[in-house]
Amino acid sequence: MAAGFAQWGNDLYSGKRSYNIVGRRSRWFILSGTLVALAVTFLLVRGLNAGIEFRGGSQFLVSNVKSTSQQIATDAVLGVERADVPLVSSVGNNSVRVQTGDLTADQVTAIRSALASGYGVDVAEVTSTFIGPSWGQDVSQKAVRGLIVFMVLVALVMTLYFRDWRMAVSGLVALVHDLILTVGVYAAVGFEVTPAGVIGLLTILGYSIYDTVVVFDKVRENTAGVVDQKRHTYAELANLALNQTLVRSINTSVVALLPVASILFIGAFLLGAGTLRDIALALFVGMIAGTFSSIFLATPLQVALRGREANIAAHTAAVLQRRVAEGLPVKESGVPLPVMVTAAPLHAGEHRGTAAQPKRKKRRSPPSPRR
Amino acid sequence: MVQNTRAARPVRTLVVLALAIAILFATIIAGTHWSKATLVPKLALDLEGGTQVILVPVLDAGGQVSDATITEAIRIIRQRVDSSGVSEAQITSQGGGQGGTSIVVGIPGKPDQATLDLVRKSALMRFRAVLAVLAPNSASTGATPTASVSSTSTASATASSSATATASPSATATASASPSATATSTATPITQPTDTPTTKPTSASDPAWETPSLLAAVDGLDCANPDNRKGGGADNPDLPLVTCNPEGTVKYVLGPAEIEGKDLSSATSGLQTGPNGVVTNNWVVELQFNGDGGKKFGTITTRLLPLTSPSNQFAMVLDGLVISAPVVQAAILDGRAEISGGNMTRVSAATLANQLSFGALPLTFKVLSEEQVSATLGAEQLQRGLLAGLIGLILVVIYSMLQYRTLGLVTIASLVIAGMITYGLITLLSWTQGYRLSLPGVAGIIVSIGITADSFIVFFERVRDELREGRTLYAAVEQGWERARRTILAADGVNFLAAVVLYFLAVGGVRGFAYTLGLTTLVDLLVVFTFTHPVLRLLTRVPFFAEGHKFSGLDPNLLGSSGVRYRGRGQVSKPALAGVASVAPDDGERLTIAERRAAAARSEAAGERKKPTDAGSASSKGSDS
Repeated sequence: MAAGFAQWGNDLYSGKRSYNIVGRRSRWFILSGTLVALAVTFLLVRGLNAGIEFRGGSQFLVSNVKSTSQQIATDAVLGVERADVPLVSSVGNNSVRVQTGDLTADQVTAIRSALASGYGVDVAEVTSTFIGPSWGQDVSQKAVRGLIVFMVLVALVMTLYFRDWRMAVSGLVALVHDLILTVGVYAAVGFEVTPAGVIGLLTILGYSIYDTVVVFDKVRENTAGVVDQKRHTYAELANLALNQTLVRSINTSVVALLPVASILFIGAFLLGAGTLRDIALALFVGMIAGTFSSIFLATPLQVALRGREANIAAHTAAVLQRRVAEGLPVKESGVPLPVMVTAAPLHAGEHRGTAAQPKRKKRRSPPSPRR
Repeated sequence: MVQNTRAARPVRTLVVLALAIAILFATIIAGTHWSKATLVPKLALDLEGGTQVILVPVLDAGGQVSDATITEAIRIIRQRVDSSGVSEAQITSQGGGQGGTSIVVGIPGKPDQATLDLVRKSALMRFRAVLAVLAPNSASTGATPTASVSSTSTASATASSSATATASPSATATASASPSATATSTATPITQPTDTPTTKPTSASDPAWETPSLLAAVDGLDCANPDNRKGGGADNPDLPLVTCNPEGTVKYVLGPAEIEGKDLSSATSGLQTGPNGVVTNNWVVELQFNGDGGKKFGTITTRLLPLTSPSNQFAMVLDGLVISAPVVQAAILDGRAEISGGNMTRVSAATLANQLSFGALPLTFKVLSEEQVSATLGAEQLQRGLLAGLIGLILVVIYSMLQYRTLGLVTIASLVIAGMITYGLITLLSWTQGYRLSLPGVAGIIVSIGITADSFIVFFERVRDELREGRTLYAAVEQGWERARRTILAADGVNFLAAVVLYFLAVGGVRGFAYTLGLTTLVDLLVVFTFTHPVLRLLTRVPFFAEGHKFSGLDPNLLGSSGVRYRGRGQVSKPALAGVASVAPDDGERLTIAERRAAAARSEAAGERKKPTDAGSASSKGSDS
């Protein structure tokens, strides 16, 4: 399998095999748009199931218990209520505190008796009260403020690094796309949104931007000096960059996803570590979305934006014109067919002057590497 | 390519890294011997549990708890807790049902008494004139010693603290506002009179305040008993007060409150500036009153200045206890006062200034409950999660071995090194900075596995790309590193930026996450630069890798290298495919002299073998020589 994969990687690198992702970008834009629309629909129709930390809920206090095992309470609440995992902690030596989301009066009664029988105490030992949210507005506000400052700074840094605001815009679009998809999956699955989940979401920001920067860096490298040659268009070179980093993208996302997926599927579903479920889900969905968007959304979008630039458009036209002149295959409408780049991109050489001359050896030179 | 000498010494870099790691762990181990360091990082509230303190604001008469006040109070409590070095304390306001807004403070682990005191300490401060200064357990020596010594203190708090807490704050406020209230609702016996003076006192310093019930209160208060020095803070500002200093060495009889803490705009400690602008060696606390407070303070100091001791003192009462009772030495009319003398040290001056500035908050707090809470993420859940994470890591190992063969070992070793450094740093920080690992922090670390591994993958893929272009392993590693380094720096830079922004702008759990993310990003850079790259350089000297063994993960044939390599001077070398003699190219490519000779020799040999069928040419050749 590995050999086949390696061969596939070689072909992708050399251009022997190439997926025309940039050329068929409208297809990916439609797919992304559909997914985002779906996510927004879920968000609007089903809404988010905000956790007790955000909207408060009911709190049960079981006194005089013999065992303060948290599992008993979790089982008792899950037996009555929806799939929301309660927050359970022991208070003092012989009390257990159970916090759940909003409940109806019937549910409160049912949970009280379930808790009482679970812990083997009288129903009178179980008291219930309402509690307010612990994740206050100010925490959310500060997180949102941090988010906005982060986005502005990232845009600035990317613009400076790539010397191209279009890459920054595309990167941010991909970022927002990932966030909406992740939140949409939360709405669709109906998982409770907890502070841990929100922080998982913030983690996605970092990952998504990171992945996009890695891909863009290859695009930048391949398309450096694109206007100095007339063999390939900007879009073709960017597409080659995508193909060449495809193996890296797959390897990275597999390595990053394996621990997260393991926590989500083995930990949360098989072993029953319910409280890890929400953060693992956010990470899992967000990482897949992050990898997807940096390949299929960010780069094609960036190419589309660059294509509107005057000199890139002129260059593309010149390249196509040259192909027609050379008698390369042309569509019926007279538009030349896209040509797959079949080797590493061409770069003009440089004259290295004396740098190309052999160095004079110092008396105590470090051991020269053997070849 | 210019080689710089430092980079060309991979062994030295590795030794330095090993030394750095050794020093890191040696510091921690030394710390466990001589300090409070632990070998495992401390855990945060959600993973370890801790102490939860619920505070209910108690209003002084006429005030109103606004959201802004609560926010300000939370800010000050957070400042207090943060200054004690405990990270990730959860401090939230809670619109808890009928009891009005309360503040919930969660402190991880088992906080020491000093930390708890910081949280619980009320922030209400009042300035009162001193009527009398007594020994800690003395009886009343007032002007009218009519009260019998045997009378019991009726003014001490009779209401239990829980009863007070469930009552609405406004009820407490109205109850204590009227002078006829029988008792103030405090847990500790701050004693105040229950009757009104027979003659109306002319000022706050008038001895007419010393009514029989006040004297009874004076008798009832024993400052030597620590229970009487806990402080409460809900004393009625309009009545005189009998209280102690925090050490329990002096008992004060004080007049009604004249200045509230909120009239104080700032209190700072510093060295005294002498009359002619020379900085002296005496530590002082400088007070700055606001306009209203400055006027009041001017009136008080003018009134107190001519009085005899102890009536020329005024007391600063924080939390029901006298933190300072300086003697007035001048009428201060500009609202800028200075507390000096009393052999004040740098520490005591700073403490007093701190207490005074905290006291400027117009609110007192009552501890509603203080309980040990367990972790919300149960131990069993965490174990299962960690087990699952471990399985995931094993899968990562298997995958990278499949993808990169023996080179995968470098990935794994790098991850192990990164894990060691991260663990060491977190442990070190939890010792020195009070950092605590929370679930979001763990999430940051899990994601960092991906980001750290990605740096290696980017690097390896670059090296492979260069191999595919036909470079030797040495050249491929050098060239690949040049390019990969740029990408790694850019991507990690953005990630680090995210961490820094979130750290400075967010609070609570988000902050802990940002901290871990930033830390792991830096560790990633460190490991790639000082471990992965030097190791790969070393490997270029190992024949197993340099010759591209099938299992080295760097086999040029497997990587589909064309083997065509530009050798300079317009020449391209092609690999000699096993056993097959390459013949002179028919496309007119130029050969080197050596290659031409080799080709000639080969064709000669071939000609020899062909001899039986082509005798003519062979013999003619033979006759020539």
